Amino acid sequence: MSERTGEHRHAITLTVNGVLREAAVPARRLLSDCLRHDLGLTGTHVGCEHGVCGACTVLLDGEPVRSCLTFAVTVDGHEITTVEGLAERGELSPVQRAFSECHGLQCGFCTPGFLCTVTAFLRDNRTPTDEEVLEAVSGNLCRCTGYQNIIKAVHRAAEIQAEESG
Amino acid sequence: MKPPPFDYHRPAGLGEALQALAEAGSHGKVLAGGQSLIPLLNMRLAAPGHLVDINGLTELATISADASGVRVGALARHAAVERDGSARAVQPLLAQALALVAHPVIRNRGTVVGSLVHADPSAEMPAVLALLGGSVRLARLGGERDVHARDFFVGPLESACLPGEMAVSAFFPALPERSGTAFCEVARRHGDYAVAGVAAAVTLDEDFRIIAARVACVSVGPVPVVVDVTGVCGQRPPASVDWDEVARAVQDRIEPEGDIHATAGYRRHLTGVLVTRALRGAAQDAARSGANDAGEGRA
Amino acid sequence: MTTKLFGERVQRREDARLITGQGRFLDDLGANALAAAFVRSPHAHARIRDVDVSAALDVEGLVAIYTWEDLPGLLAEPLPLLIPHPALTHGRTGHALARDIVRHVGEPVVMVVAADRYVAEDACSLIEVDYEILKPVVGVEEAAEAVNLVHADVPGNVGAHLVQEVPSPDGLSAREAIEAAPHTLAFRLDIERSASMPLEGKGVYARWDADDQSLRVYSSTQTSTSVRMAVAAKLGLPLPKVEVVAPDVGGGFGVKIVHPWPEEILVPWAARLLDREVKWTEDRREHFISSAHERAQVHHVRVGFDDDGRVLGLDVNILHDHGAYTPYGIIVPIITSTQLVGPYKIGAYRVEFSSIYTNTVQVTPYRGAGRPQGVFCMERTMDRIAAHLGLDRTEVRTANFIQPGEFPYDQGMTFQDGRPLIYDSGDYPESLRMLKELIGWDSFPAMKAEAAAEGRAIGIGVGCYVEGTGVGPYEGGHVQITSDGRVHVSTGLTSQGQGHETVFAQIAATELGVPIEKVSVVTGDTRRFGYAVGTFASRAAVMSGNAIALACRKVRDKALKVAADALEADPRDLEITDGVVHVAGTPSASIPLATVAVLSNPLRYAFDKETQRATQFAGAQDDDRPPVADGEEPGMEGKDYYSPIRSTFASGMHAAIVETDPLTAEIKILRYVVVHDCGKLINPMIVEGQIHGGVGQGVGGALYEKMVYDEHGQLLNASFMDFLMPYATEVPRIETAHLETPSPLNPLGVKGAGEAGVIPVSAVIAAAIEDAEGITIDRMPISPSDLYSLRAETRLRKIQ
Repeated sequence: MSERTGEHRHAITLTVNGVLREAAVPARRLLSDCLRHDLGLTGTHVGCEHGVCGACTVLLDGEPVRSCLTFAVTVDGHEITTVEGLAERGELSPVQRAFSECHGLQCGFCTPGFLCTVTAFLRDNRTPTDEEVLEAVSGNLCRCTGYQNIIKAVHRAAEIQAEESG
Repeated sequence: MKPPPFDYHRPAGLGEALQALAEAGSHGKVLAGGQSLIPLLNMRLAAPGHLVDINGLTELATISADASGVRVGALARHAAVERDGSARAVQPLLAQALALVAHPVIRNRGTVVGSLVHADPSAEMPAVLALLGGSVRLARLGGERDVHARDFFVGPLESACLPGEMAVSAFFPALPERSGTAFCEVARRHGDYAVAGVAAAVTLDEDFRIIAARVACVSVGPVPVVVDVTGVCGQRPPASVDWDEVARAVQDRIEPEGDIHATAGYRRHLTGVLVTRALRGAAQDAARSGANDAGEGRA
Repeated sequence: MTTKLFGERVQRREDARLITGQGRFLDDLGANALAAAFVRSPHAHARIRDVDVSAALDVEGLVAIYTWEDLPGLLAEPLPLLIPHPALTHGRTGHALARDIVRHVGEPVVMVVAADRYVAEDACSLIEVDYEILKPVVGVEEAAEAVNLVHADVPGNVGAHLVQEVPSPDGLSAREAIEAAPHTLAFRLDIERSASMPLEGKGVYARWDADDQSLRVYSSTQTSTSVRMAVAAKLGLPLPKVEVVAPDVGGGFGVKIVHPWPEEILVPWAARLLDREVKWTEDRREHFISSAHERAQVHHVRVGFDDDGRVLGLDVNILHDHGAYTPYGIIVPIITSTQLVGPYKIGAYRVEFSSIYTNTVQVTPYRGAGRPQGVFCMERTMDRIAAHLGLDRTEVRTANFIQPGEFPYDQGMTFQDGRPLIYDSGDYPESLRMLKELIGWDSFPAMKAEAAAEGRAIGIGVGCYVEGTGVGPYEGGHVQITSDGRVHVSTGLTSQGQGHETVFAQIAATELGVPIEKVSVVTGDTRRFGYAVGTFASRAAVMSGNAIALACRKVRDKALKVAADALEADPRDLEITDGVVHVAGTPSASIPLATVAVLSNPLRYAFDKETQRATQFAGAQDDDRPPVADGEEPGMEGKDYYSPIRSTFASGMHAAIVETDPLTAEIKILRYVVVHDCGKLINPMIVEGQIHGGVGQGVGGALYEKMVYDEHGQLLNASFMDFLMPYATEVPRIETAHLETPSPLNPLGVKGAGEAGVIPVSAVIAAAIEDAEGITIDRMPISPSDLYSLRAETRLRKIQ
């Protein structure tokens, strides 16, 4: 996307994973493409580009949103957290560790969307019930795992979170 | 699947937004949550020449509730309305319905007013507005008008919002005391648009007999289908109502069509089932609220 | 051995990069590549009269536009027919870009290369193609009537016709056996279209190195070695000048074994022609309308049986909807035909299929590959027999089971690998016993009565299958221990999330006696391993797993020999523990594998202190022997191949309890239980993950997913909005149990596990719904609306 296409570009500034990033993007650039191709953060994946699969979910000012249904220019000045920003000071987050421990991923393509969604969910609800966990991940498609171990991983992440904050 | 190019406007205030919309005329479109619009753009099923992005107009992100009802601004996200305590207290149907709108992540971004303007007959919020007899406030350069729900939904994906106009807020009236509401739907997958769904509102008298009952049905007509069933319920306590007759009365009024997910016949049948469920749920809710009121009165 | 790694729940080594966003999927590569997009046919069947690109030429950022006329040499020829078969008398494949006729919505017509994908799509939207619309052929039965033809030179729309017949032990044909049987039934069974639908679509990224005159291609493929050969052939390049790498792949499930896709040869061609990097990343709509689907078949079944429910004769006629082309041959209907018989001894069997062209997306294997349809036929047949005789459904199955003592069991047919269909091992009665215990089969009638008393309808269903896994022809493994003590394993087949890096490392670490941390595994990279077949048919663990084990054993033998020289010991007395070779019982007499690796490579030039030990003046040497002895090779590496005589047969049985809502006709799975036998388990955690995923897809196929075409050949639900893949809320909890009957055919005793989970789900759910409703279920998937219609029809029939 380095090449000029003649389209008018908007200078935007995003705080991505705590780092101030600048980009010049056409108005129609989807946030997913901006993150992946303008900023080189390819951890956010694109599975459907119509908002159904959830693979592209990132945190916008802390709340999970579909980056394929958001224009980059719209979120100028806002904070974005992607999967690359979930580990703190090089240490995997409880959610990341739980997904690995519980075999909550196979091909890993949908995983960044799940991780971002679950991170925000467990921040707001530290002791979720089974139904709440199901509802929380109900907008993310996975074609590999049959969701069994993803559900398990969310509960495990809550457990790790509790252990480590307790 | 990438959106076509468009001219982008990021107004600093409502006046600027209306100016931009006025100039764009029929080529203009408002971008709020974008959860319905951007998929259409990505699939290149829509190609507005101008997008007026109102995400910077935080003054439109309002939710204000008083005894008369809840007014929701154009930038209030589904999730914010769903969580808003005063909105929930004044008009509980909002939160009941919002829990059924797509998935939590979509609700973080999508707006209630945007959903109304999108006017999808399968969506929950238009049915809520229609059931409650609410209205949408449309602003244009130099003026504004309130459009009642019955006039607002014109056809599938078609509202009364004209080129140059912008829906700035919607008003969801409160219900009288001893009223209750419910929203029941069946979707193929959790979070999908409903195959059929029914919003219901019931008001009871002091003796807990039904004095008002209405339903709004989704996915069974070009717009939400509102049916007043007060007469069929016949000022009886809910337990004595002939619910099958009520269901039939509603089934006679809907115009379901078959599609890849369900036949017209199934939708008609399902609407009947859901009418009963929703009305009974709303009546129970009304009885609870009546009992609470009575309790408070005694205290 | 340090730790026993084979058979353990070892954590996946792939995860570290995938949970931190450091995976490298196709579209993550080539940040500066040009983007390709395609103008695809909006019509199911049409003649291209003219392509007018003039309006697109002004698009800023446009680099190139290509149509079929632009394609040179072999690129202009039809795409390869990958698996020819004598019965496929009228095999047809498409062109990389459509020539004259388009035969399904989505067929590529024009290729656009531009600065980015946005601009490429802008240009596509300005290209005008003038079509003369031809009559579309939609629906397999309509196609079989052949009023209109998909290919003008394919009479009757029949691409292939095949009959396999196995007489009864006493020489009766199936039809004779059915005529002579005490009971006969005849019925029709339907399965509709679904698709693999990985969350990452296909994609290709190519770099041409003009200085080196070489090409590197990255493809989201299940077979990089075969893509490489196809690209080299189509572009006329010497094979050594083409490298193909499968990076991290976001799921395959069958669709990515097909190759070369038009884009897989067009993108490298354009990259070379333009001398620019070019990338194509398939979007979701493209994946729906221009990749592949599977499952749609109509089956007519006749069965004859005795009073105990033993099948005496079975006659199945299958109409297979092949879509517009047959690049993958007739593998799917062959698998249905042969795997249909499952764990049973069928008295006499006749199966006939016609593979029919329609103006729809081509049909190639999707996880399960014809087996779900076959199992649906056989298991629905078992249930019908039980109902007819008033017997318990599991009793009828038991009466027909092949017994543990009867292996190897020859089913008398030719399997998909062209080899005899001989089952190697299994224990079906034990599997069923475990399943019945787990689900509580015998106590279910009481549970059902209890539910009925509350006005609830519940039902139970069971389904059994046998799956030929690990088909040949071969896979290879290469193992190298370097002087730093690290173990580098490579194999040619590819990975799409199955955890190969982990299980192959477990195998290597176990075989070599090294810590797993020392082992790294590379798959699907032709730079590392050039000879391979690919990942499909539940074959990776069987094929590459055994090849790697054999390669490790070669390396181990060599290491022991070198170490024995150094330790002046007998190799037979040596063991390797924790990466150190030592004399058994004498731990002090030892030498690290790293040093052994150094010593195995006689050096003239040292590159560090350790490697000085291997240089020519370093110490004692046998002056009568060359530094590298006859028959030896320098270096601590080994390569071996595993090529089985035939497939190994995994098996399993599933049971489910469902509840149907008497009012809304919603269907809810209350319990889902799996007993699974894939021989020796390498990593139970990963096997369970494979089963879960398969069942999840099976639930999709049973209750949610279908491709809906209208009469014009338009796919009506080409989006995730309307093609209903299950979310977490739609998949029930899955309970699993393992039975291990090792395969006698391979050194590790393993069988494939990748596809198993999906195979019997439609049969099981159909049976459970039938049990709950008392209504015959003979087509899947089934929606609440379908169930509502069935109830209405049943009521009507009762009144009449």
